[in-house]
Amino acid sequence: MTTAIKPTPGPAREYHFPRFGRQVLSNGITVIVATVTKLPLVSVATVIDATAVLDPAGKEGIAELTAQALREGTRERNGVQLALELEKLGTSLEAGADWDSTVASMTVLKSSLKSAFSIFSEALMSPAFREEDIQRLKAERLAERIQILDEPRGLADESFARFLYQARARYSAPMSGTSKSVSAATTDDIETFYRENYSPNATTVILAGDLTMDEGVELVSSMFGKWSGTRRSQKVVADDPARTSRAVEIVAKPDAAQSELRIGHVGVPRMHPDYFSIVVMNAVLGGLFSSRINLNLREAHGYTYGASSYYDWRRQSGPFVISTAVQSEVTAAAISETLKEIDGMREKEIGEDELTLATSYLEGVFPIRYETTSAIAGALANMVTFGLPENYFDTYRQQVASVTTQDVLAAAKKHVRPEELQVTVVGNPDLIRNDMETLAIGPLSVRAASEE
Amino acid sequence: MQIPIETFRLDNGLLVTLSQDNTAPIVAVNLWYHVGSANEKEGRTGFAHLFEHMLFQGSEHVGANEHFELIQRAGGTLNGSTWLERTNYFETVPSNQLELALWLEADRMGALIPAMTQKKLDTQRDVVKNERRWSVDNQPYGTWWEKLPALAFPETHPFHHSLIGSMEDLTAASLEDVEQFFSTFYTPDNAVLSIAGDFDAREARTLVERHFGSIPRGSGKPSLERMEIPDRFGQTLRQVVEDDVSLPRLYLAFRSPVFGSEGYYTASVTGAILGMKQGSRLYRSLVREKQIAADASAFTFDLAKGSDLLIVDVTARPETSAERLEKEVEREVDELVQNGVSEVEVQRAAALIQTDMVTAMQSASERADRLSMFATLLGDPGLINEQSARYDEVTAAKVNEFVRERLGADNRAKLLYVPRTEDDTASEEVEAEAVAS
Repeated sequence: MTTAIKPTPGPAREYHFPRFGRQVLSNGITVIVATVTKLPLVSVATVIDATAVLDPAGKEGIAELTAQALREGTRERNGVQLALELEKLGTSLEAGADWDSTVASMTVLKSSLKSAFSIFSEALMSPAFREEDIQRLKAERLAERIQILDEPRGLADESFARFLYQARARYSAPMSGTSKSVSAATTDDIETFYRENYSPNATTVILAGDLTMDEGVELVSSMFGKWSGTRRSQKVVADDPARTSRAVEIVAKPDAAQSELRIGHVGVPRMHPDYFSIVVMNAVLGGLFSSRINLNLREAHGYTYGASSYYDWRRQSGPFVISTAVQSEVTAAAISETLKEIDGMREKEIGEDELTLATSYLEGVFPIRYETTSAIAGALANMVTFGLPENYFDTYRQQVASVTTQDVLAAAKKHVRPEELQVTVVGNPDLIRNDMETLAIGPLSVRAASEE
Repeated sequence: MQIPIETFRLDNGLLVTLSQDNTAPIVAVNLWYHVGSANEKEGRTGFAHLFEHMLFQGSEHVGANEHFELIQRAGGTLNGSTWLERTNYFETVPSNQLELALWLEADRMGALIPAMTQKKLDTQRDVVKNERRWSVDNQPYGTWWEKLPALAFPETHPFHHSLIGSMEDLTAASLEDVEQFFSTFYTPDNAVLSIAGDFDAREARTLVERHFGSIPRGSGKPSLERMEIPDRFGQTLRQVVEDDVSLPRLYLAFRSPVFGSEGYYTASVTGAILGMKQGSRLYRSLVREKQIAADASAFTFDLAKGSDLLIVDVTARPETSAERLEKEVEREVDELVQNGVSEVEVQRAAALIQTDMVTAMQSASERADRLSMFATLLGDPGLINEQSARYDEVTAAKVNEFVRERLGADNRAKLLYVPRTEDDTASEEVEAEAVAS
C-alpha cells in the first residue's frame, strides 16, 4: 500500500543569501540595504553599539531601560502618540538591548515606509526620557523581576549565570538587571548612557525588503543625515569564570513539579576560529532533536520533554549550557546520563553518519532561516554586531561542509571540559539532594531561590 | 495581496492544496487532521496529543525517530501540534526533498500501526507527562490552559476538558486506543494536505497521487455532540485560583462568534482594539495611565464550532490587589460597551492585523498551514485570499453592536489567579455573580 523505498532527491536548486550593499554616510552612520522583492514589505533593524556590557556597575539594566525608553516618546510627541501613529500605519517600534548591541526594529508595508521611518528615526534621535515614563518603565521591570522568581526556566538560566561567572563579571547578572540595580537607575543615568553610546558612528540602519540601495540610502540620509555626535569604543571584561573546578548548586523551589537543570561552563567568544567545528560538534551533542543528549534523556529514558545544548554566542565568552527539565525523582540519573554523553563526545570521533546529519542539516536549513525580511535584517544585524566578514553568508555552507570528524573531536576535547562543569538545579531539595550527594559531581550547596 | 492556489481531491477523499512560489528553493508540506482534543472519549483526556507524539515513533517503513532524522538530514525543519479541533504535522525542506516529506507523511497515514509497540507508548507517555509538568504544572499561571476552557464550556461540551490531559488518563491510554484512534481519525478523507513554495505543479500532483493515492478512505468518524451552546454565558462566572505566583492575573473570556463567521472578524478587531500592542485600550489605560497592570493583551481562540472565545489577559503590578485588577479591567470593558469605539480605533486594529497577514505570507510554512486551516475548518483554502477584505468590512458600528451583544455582564467568565496563601482551605469553586440587567 505505502512505498517501501525512500525517495532519493534530485539536484538541489541554487540559493544565495540576498545581495546587500553597505554605505557610510558623512555623519558616520552606516546604511545596509538588502533588496528582497517578493512581497511589498520592508523590515528595518537599527543596530546601535550600546550594549548591556556597558551598564555602569550597580546599575545593570540601563542599556535595556534606555532601549525601551525609545518607545516612550520624543520631544515632539509623547509615547501614546508615537505608538498610535505607527500602529495606524500597521507597524510598531520594537526596541531592546542585548549583551552586544541595542536593536530597534519594525516591519512595515512598503506604502507606509516613509511615514513610519520618519517617526522611527525621530524616536532614536530625540527621545524625551520624561521622568514619569522612566519611573513607569522601572516599575514594569521590577514587576518582571518579581515574576522571574516564580518561573523556573528563567530562574534556572539566571541562577546558572550567577553561579558560572565571577560576581564582578557583567555576564553574571541578568542582562536587564536585578531589582536592586533597576531600582538604583535614574533618568539621569539613562540620559548619560544615551549620550555616551547612541551616536551615528555607532549605528547601522539595515533595510531589508522591497526597496533599492539608492532608495535606502536616500531614506536614511533624509531622516538621519543631521544626527551628530561621536562615540569612542570602550572595552569591558565581562566573562571571568567563578571557578575552574566542578561545583553543584541546588536552588530550592520546594513546590517545583520538576527539576530545571543547567549543566555547563564558560564557553568561547563568537569570533573564535573554531566556531564552525563547535557548531557542528554541539549539533551532535545536544543541538538537534536527534542529538545524543535528547535521544538519550527523552527517547531512551522518557526523563524529559526535551534536552538540548548550546553555546550562547557573544563578543566575549558566553555560557556553554546543557538545558533540560526532568521529573524530580530522576534528576541525578539524568545528570549522570548527560555526563556519559559528554565523555562520549571526547573519547572518540563521531560516526560519519552523525557528522553528515549535522552538516547537511545546517547547510539545508540555511535558506529556510532567511525566508522573511525581518530574518534577513536580523542576520545582517548579527553580521554588524560581531563584525562578520561580508562574504560570511555566501561561504557559510562551505564552512559547515568542511568540518570533519577529527575537527569535531578536537572541538569537543578543547571546548567541552568535564572537569570544569558547573551544575544548577532549580527544584525540590528534599527529592533530589540525597541522590545528588551520591552522584558526587563536586561540592554541593543549597540556597533559596532569590535574586541576589 | 493574493497568493496562487490550486485545489484538488484524491479519490480517497484527501483534499490537496498547492500554492506555488519559486522565489527560494524551499517547500513546505503541511497536513491537518480534523481531530483534536474535542474528539477524545471519556477517560482519555490528552490522548489526541499523546497520539501526535506516537506519529514520530515510526511507521511501516520508517524507524522510531527516523522521521526527525531524515528530515533534518535533508536540511529541513519539522514538528507537529495539537489543538482542540485539529492536529497538524509539518515539514519545510529544500525543494528537491519534497518527495521525501510526502513519503514520510504518507507512510504514517497509510501504515502507522505495524510500528506501534507498548514500549514506545510507555516512553512517550513519560515524555508527555514531563511535557505537562514543564508547560502546565511547573509554570506560573500554567493551568489557565485547562481551567479557562473548563470554566467557559459546559461539562458535557467537547471543549471543556484538558488538552494536555490528566496524569491519570495518560496512564490509562493503551495500544488499543492508539489503533482505534488511528483507524477512526487518521484517514485521508479526514485530512488536508497543503504544499507551498518551490515545486512544479504537475510533478507535485503526481507525487501526491503516487504516495497518498492508494491509502484507503476511512469509514467515517463519530460526529461531535453537544457542540452548540448559547451565545452568552447568561451570567458572570468567576473562579479564583491560588497559584505559586507573585502577581495576580485575570483571564476574562467572552463567548464570541466562531472562527470564519462574519462576526468573527468583528470580534478579532475588538480584541485588537482592547489588547493588541501599546496603542490598545487596555495597555494605554491600565499599563500606562493608571499603572495598575504590568501587561495587557486580548486575543481569540479561533474555534470554528460551537463557540469561540475572546480572551482578555491582564497581569497586575505588584502593588495592585486582585480585586482592584478585576474591577479596573471590567470598568474598561463596561466603558467600551457603553460608549463604543471610534472609526480610527478600528482602522488601527485592521492595519496591524493586515500587516501581520502579509508578513506571515513570506514563509512557506505559514502559507501551507493557513491553507490547511481554512480548508479543514471552513472547507475552502481560497479564504486565505479573502481575509484582508473581511477585515476591511469591519466598521465601528459593527464593533459597537458586537460589544453591546457580547461583552456585557451576562457573558463574562473570569479566571482570577492570586498568590497562594498559607490558608489552604480556600475554595476554587465557580461562582456565578448576580447580573444587574
